[in-house]
Amino acid sequence: MRQDLQIIADLVRPGARVLDLGCGDGELLHYLQLHKQVNGYGLEIDPSMITRCIQRGVNVIEQDLDQGLGNFADNSFDLVVMAETLQAVRQPDALLDEMLRVGEQCIVTFPNFGHWRCRTYLATRGAMPIAKHLPHRWYDTPNIHLCTFADFERLCRAKELEIIERFVSDTSYRPGPLINLLPNLFGTIAYYRLGRGQ
Amino acid sequence: MSIPEDSVGIVTPQRTRFDDPLVLQCGAVLPSHELVYETYGELNEARTNAVLICHALSGHHHAAGYHSVEDRKPGWWETCIGPGKPIDTNRFYVVSLNNLGGCHGSTGPRSIDPNTGRPFGPTFPRVTVTDWVASQARFSDQLGIEVWAAIIGGSLGGMQALQWAIDFPDRLRHAVLIACAPKLSAQNIAFNEIARQAIVSDREFHDGNYLDEGVNPDRGLMLARMVGHVTYQSDDGMRDKFGRELKSGDIALGRDVEFQVESYLHHQGRSFSQSFDANTYLLMTRALDYFDPARKFGDDLVAALSETRCNFLVTSFTSDWRFPPARSQEIVNALVAARRNVISTIIDCPHGHDAFLLPVQRYFDVLTTYLQRVASEVDAPR
Repeated sequence: MRQDLQIIADLVRPGARVLDLGCGDGELLHYLQLHKQVNGYGLEIDPSMITRCIQRGVNVIEQDLDQGLGNFADNSFDLVVMAETLQAVRQPDALLDEMLRVGEQCIVTFPNFGHWRCRTYLATRGAMPIAKHLPHRWYDTPNIHLCTFADFERLCRAKELEIIERFVSDTSYRPGPLINLLPNLFGTIAYYRLGRGQ
Repeated sequence: MSIPEDSVGIVTPQRTRFDDPLVLQCGAVLPSHELVYETYGELNEARTNAVLICHALSGHHHAAGYHSVEDRKPGWWETCIGPGKPIDTNRFYVVSLNNLGGCHGSTGPRSIDPNTGRPFGPTFPRVTVTDWVASQARFSDQLGIEVWAAIIGGSLGGMQALQWAIDFPDRLRHAVLIACAPKLSAQNIAFNEIARQAIVSDREFHDGNYLDEGVNPDRGLMLARMVGHVTYQSDDGMRDKFGRELKSGDIALGRDVEFQVESYLHHQGRSFSQSFDANTYLLMTRALDYFDPARKFGDDLVAALSETRCNFLVTSFTSDWRFPPARSQEIVNALVAARRNVISTIIDCPHGHDAFLLPVQRYFDVLTTYLQRVASEVDAPR
């Protein structure tokens, strides 16, 4: 399984009710159904990805995240997962609220725009950074709301969300001493497990 | 003509009789009844690969293949049922029947009422989707099929599949609901009522006793079909198909103008009026109107669907305004809330409600992928 998904999978409690936003080919849900007996659903809009989910027997629902999660009841899931999709939605802040309305907790992963390569790229070339974890050009990127880990945590504080767990890694999904020391400078991808706070 | 290789080929309708009384939801009892049906493909030894096709408003048992080499038209779902097609007859044993109350051979308003020796006509009891499903369950017993691998239907056919899942949760593994809704909207009922009024206000209707009078309410049936047809297509679809093209006349001279779309609707209406029974049309539209499986559960669709055990595939079409994707989404939302397995797709295509009968590429990809999985499930020894 994709390494980042394995990290998420390890965070999921057996038997949990899981909603996976932007579930892609259903790899995570397939694993969770098989190994953690979860009752899971994935939302996806890419027809070829949906077909892959059908092949796998994953509960996939064709639904655009930008239309919100209004069709799901409050507290209807234990966990709402969104892997590397936050930066590509129209209203990430509103969607975060929705995730924590529908789910008791959520796991969000996203690429770090504050990584030192991005910073030096912009500083030295005066151009929008292109990096291993951010490979698109400014005009063809699906990532319309890039942020740094610091930005994200600021938003969580403003919303009074509880950061239950955070895991920061490099592009190979490995942690490291430098990353632990200065995550916002050396980490490329972060996993946040969030709760509603007080 | 020669029969295409990917067709199930020449098929012969079969007839079966039930001599146990069938108590209908309305309280009426049919002492005996007959159903006409067709089958395609082979039932496996374990009897696990059977698929039931439920037909829509004007459908019937002849879903695939040809009745003779002279047949001009194959069954109504020929594009979807056959060897190598989405409902693959190399893998599935496919059963398609004409519902009770129909006019294509099963007991219905045109049948002779044993009590009077005359056709039932308007006295044929009112049947509901629940009644159909109950009669199909009896039919399944007779065929020796305990559990259907899948029950598949579009529109009113999807409603039967949904009712099956609620009423007989252990008798199907998968329900495939295409262009369906959990109940009709006021607009849906309104269109049905216009169609019914067209029929009953035809002078040849004779309160439904037109057979006794030796006539047929052709004009009423034609109008009913024309109204229906408009609701089955999208504005864009009709624009693409007909635009403002003229069949005859000259707009500039203002003489005898007939647009292509008019000619098309007249043709559809006329051929329908010659092949469909008016009392059956009234009965089937009523069955649509009354369909509301949540009603028995305090109008709680989640509670109704909590009864189900099967897996669901729910598919809708973007340009369908009769049963738009939002209506399918109601079913999907309730299934999620009831913690049932469901896959939901929304097919982008311009053909309106009728799309469910057409070989739309992505729609067929979805069906094929889903049903291949079903086939591999039931192929494996249990």
